[in-house]
Amino acid sequence: MWSFNNIANNIHDWLSANFNSTLTTIIEMVLAGVAVIGLFAMLGLVLVIMERKVSAWMQIRLGPNRVGPKGMFQSLADTLKLLVKEGLTPAGADKLLFNLAPFVAMIVAMLLMAPIAFAEKFQLWDLNIGVLFISSVSSLMVISILMAGWASNNKYSLLGAMRSGAQIVSYELSAGLAVLTIIVLTGSLQVSEIIESQRTGWWIFKGHIPVIIAFVIFIIAVTAETNRAPFDLAEAESELTAGFHTEYSGMKFALFFLAEYANVFIVCAVGATIFLGGWMPLHIGSWEGFNHVMDYIPSSIWFFGKTFFLIFIIMWFRWTFPRLRIDQLLNLEWKYLLPIAMINLLLVTVIAILGWHF
Amino acid sequence: MFLSNYIKEVFGAVKSLATGMRRTLYYFTHHKEIITEQYPDNRDTLELAERFKGEVVMPHDEKNEHRCTGCTACELACPNGTIKVITKFDITPEGKKKKAIDELVYHLELCTMCNLCIIACPSDAIKMVPTFEHSVYDRTELTKILNKPGSKIMDGVE
Repeated sequence: MWSFNNIANNIHDWLSANFNSTLTTIIEMVLAGVAVIGLFAMLGLVLVIMERKVSAWMQIRLGPNRVGPKGMFQSLADTLKLLVKEGLTPAGADKLLFNLAPFVAMIVAMLLMAPIAFAEKFQLWDLNIGVLFISSVSSLMVISILMAGWASNNKYSLLGAMRSGAQIVSYELSAGLAVLTIIVLTGSLQVSEIIESQRTGWWIFKGHIPVIIAFVIFIIAVTAETNRAPFDLAEAESELTAGFHTEYSGMKFALFFLAEYANVFIVCAVGATIFLGGWMPLHIGSWEGFNHVMDYIPSSIWFFGKTFFLIFIIMWFRWTFPRLRIDQLLNLEWKYLLPIAMINLLLVTVIAILGWHF
Repeated sequence: MFLSNYIKEVFGAVKSLATGMRRTLYYFTHHKEIITEQYPDNRDTLELAERFKGEVVMPHDEKNEHRCTGCTACELACPNGTIKVITKFDITPEGKKKKAIDELVYHLELCTMCNLCIIACPSDAIKMVPTFEHSVYDRTELTKILNKPGSKIMDGVE
């Protein structure tokens, strides 16, 4: 049967039949890197047009509708425009940091792709501390933002970067605690084992109300972590004129833009993996017929379906809620999300010890 | 007391956020009721609001007669000198002199569509019409003479 796993195995077999093992490994690494870059390019195109269409429909507008059928090539045309634009470096800027920052953002986003399981047995690197790896590497994102804000030598950029630092550092806590609730239930940090533990049902169904609360907290916290509205204080178009990437133009701006969407995809993929079962099909108890039909849908479609559903929810947030003030933002985290997440974690621990979950 | 307030606050927040999200989901799923006007495509069926103000015109009837007495109330009311009334004196059949307009010059390029001239006019000689395709290649084309050539004042308008 056709699947990502089969394709990967066929490529591996063909390579090991024709080359020695060292060369095979190197070629496979290059292929994986190219695949990740290709996925990023696709994600940038697809998510931008999706965002614009979703926002237009939510605001009773039409959205892009001129380039290509129903405006579907709009993001392609935008990318072409950004590619041919001049990448300007301001005279007062710190040249090295200024030019390095977009690449740091991209590299962080690419590193995060490693432990994500895209389909059944299709994963770049199934390391035994997968979830810890994701949460620790994703906190490096703030460094690229601070770098860009500082190096721009512009008060708006610096303000945006500082706000972003305060925001990401605080929201990381509740996102981490929300992820911990599932770790408590599965007892493993390995992504493949977390998915395997959901063979009988996804955690959001198996874990009663505490897991649903953890899911809501996770979604709110990752929305803040990816700097999207209603938590987009770091780039706040209306007050900071796009914050840390004010001074960027051309492809360097596009890299920041791409990194933002790649991060949205990654956090949604992580959310789908730990709460909604990753590539695991929807199984309901002992309904054999229903479960069998669900197994026919390929695992990659399950994974991307769940991820895009979560991306839609985050877009839905963005186009519904107004932006928070910086003090409201920190109030929400330290006075509401963090205490609730902690009590919730305690509850889940009790549930896990007493074995009350399904 | 503190705890119950806290819980009440959280639930109230969740409820009000859900209300907003339900509204946008309704719009998302009912995207037939789009409010965007696709202007050049729907030019023939375009419906403009009644209060839309695009240009000052002077209506003429079929005998090429208008209602303007040349009182210059519009010129005085105009805040930025858009209207200039040039008057002349007609000789009535009885041999008396009567004030009338020679030209009512209207500078569309200066007009802010404030509607004050329309309000000031005592004989309803001018009105606003909802036309908006005013772009021209030479700005002198925007200086218009509102009364048609050879027109005269309607009978009975003083």
